[in-house]
Amino acid sequence: MRRLLGLYAAGVYAFLHLPLAALILFSFNASRFTVWEGFSLRWYRAAFGDAQLAEAAANSLLIGLAATAVATAAGTLCGYALWKRRSGLVAAALHLSLVTPEIVTGVSLLAFYQWVFRFAGLRLGTHTVIGAHVTFCLVFVVIAVMARLRTLDPALEEAALDLGASEWRAFREVTLPLLWPAVAAGALLAFTISFDDYVVTSLVAGVDSETLPMVIYAMAKRGVSPAVNAVSAVIVTALGALILVSERLRRA
Amino acid sequence: MNRLRAVFLLPSTLVLCVLVAAPLAIILSYSVLTRGAYGGVELPLSLESWLRLADPLYLGILARTVAMAAAVTALCLALGFPLALFLSRAGNRKNLYLHLVMLPFWTSFLVRTYAWMFLLRDTGLINTTLIWLGLIQEPLSLLYTPGAVLAGLVYGHLPFMVLPLYAALERMDRSLLEAAADLGAQPWESLARVVIPLASPGIRAGAVLVFIPCLGAYLTPDLLGGSKTVMAGNLIQNQFTHARDWPFGSAASLALMAVILVLLAVWVRREKEPLL
Repeated sequence: MRRLLGLYAAGVYAFLHLPLAALILFSFNASRFTVWEGFSLRWYRAAFGDAQLAEAAANSLLIGLAATAVATAAGTLCGYALWKRRSGLVAAALHLSLVTPEIVTGVSLLAFYQWVFRFAGLRLGTHTVIGAHVTFCLVFVVIAVMARLRTLDPALEEAALDLGASEWRAFREVTLPLLWPAVAAGALLAFTISFDDYVVTSLVAGVDSETLPMVIYAMAKRGVSPAVNAVSAVIVTALGALILVSERLRRA
Repeated sequence: MNRLRAVFLLPSTLVLCVLVAAPLAIILSYSVLTRGAYGGVELPLSLESWLRLADPLYLGILARTVAMAAAVTALCLALGFPLALFLSRAGNRKNLYLHLVMLPFWTSFLVRTYAWMFLLRDTGLINTTLIWLGLIQEPLSLLYTPGAVLAGLVYGHLPFMVLPLYAALERMDRSLLEAAADLGAQPWESLARVVIPLASPGIRAGAVLVFIPCLGAYLTPDLLGGSKTVMAGNLIQNQFTHARDWPFGSAASLALMAVILVLLAVWVRREKEPLL
């Protein structure tokens, strides 16, 4: 029984890991085809030398950093406020943003932006993508921050208030320093989600705001160059490392 | 306190009102307008888009979406339950094994879906390996099939099933199993009559966490499926891009949201476990 369970688990682990492992392995293949011909870095050279990929990566970084900054600031304050006293309406709206399918978030934002643009002379571009990313990253920061706040002793802030600190000062000097690991974990998670998003981004991006996932999607659909494998391997490793750091911080 | 709290809530409330609530209100109003000549919407008001949802073509897509989500949920349960059982008994290696479940999950969803294209396409790893082994002469059509979508969705959502199952099994009192064994229960009997009933909150949570995202799946059927595997998400995307029928796309989006919210409401009422 026990051995059978272990064997089954090994099979499921193989299912979970072999697809990505194979993808990464073949990113080092010398051949253009899916037949192993020897170790080579040619696809990495091709990927790093590609101007379109470089520009898309720069866009993704910019969008990810901007969206993360806004979502982290707003989400941290929101989490703190909800911890002080629940607000059914805000919690409901956050839940709504969490369960809305990405495609619905994307088309509703597209419809909204187009409607706003009728009154203002704006166009789809980097700013609309950042706005979209803030909306779906926000809730993840709030969840990370609130999980940490629940483990804190409310007496700490009460003591600060009793000693004459203003509420702002009690937050700034007592609670926030204890909250940093969760804020950083939430920020890293938000960045990962933003950096990876294709569905919403593809709908609200303009001509000048093509992101890395959009380029990878187009390359995957065309299915020609193993350079996609190389880019994929880099992304998987980088995002995986970020999330491991985020997990470490969350447990700290 | 109230003033500081109000100030703190301001930025997120602004984001939620402007970029979550307002867009939903916009598509709600678009869903009762008429399709414009060059995309967009026009007056007069009309319920035509909502009525069109009852067309057998779209009911078929809905049925296919629900069937696919149900199949993914069942497969995730079949794969995930023994794995969660294994994890809950892994002793001091628990954390390592748990991380191994989460690791692929933490990386890019797009890349994970692409990995399946790499495996399944005609010149992909599976076909070239089978040809090299001499098992087949011509490549099998694996990509752009319902099976490919099923594999991709199970691969993408398995951890959503494993984690709640593991949490439920972890909480289980092991002495109950000893009691069952002492009273003469065979292992499969204690599994069916002790372990599974105790794990049922985890099974329900896992089922909801897999089923609901699968209802709204778009990227996986788009990349791994063909024209015969159009799911609700693809239908919505198509209305806003190629078909340029925003009123109908809006109605379909809201119908999908309604299905999801009803399911969640039923589950939340039953479990009463707040997330925030």
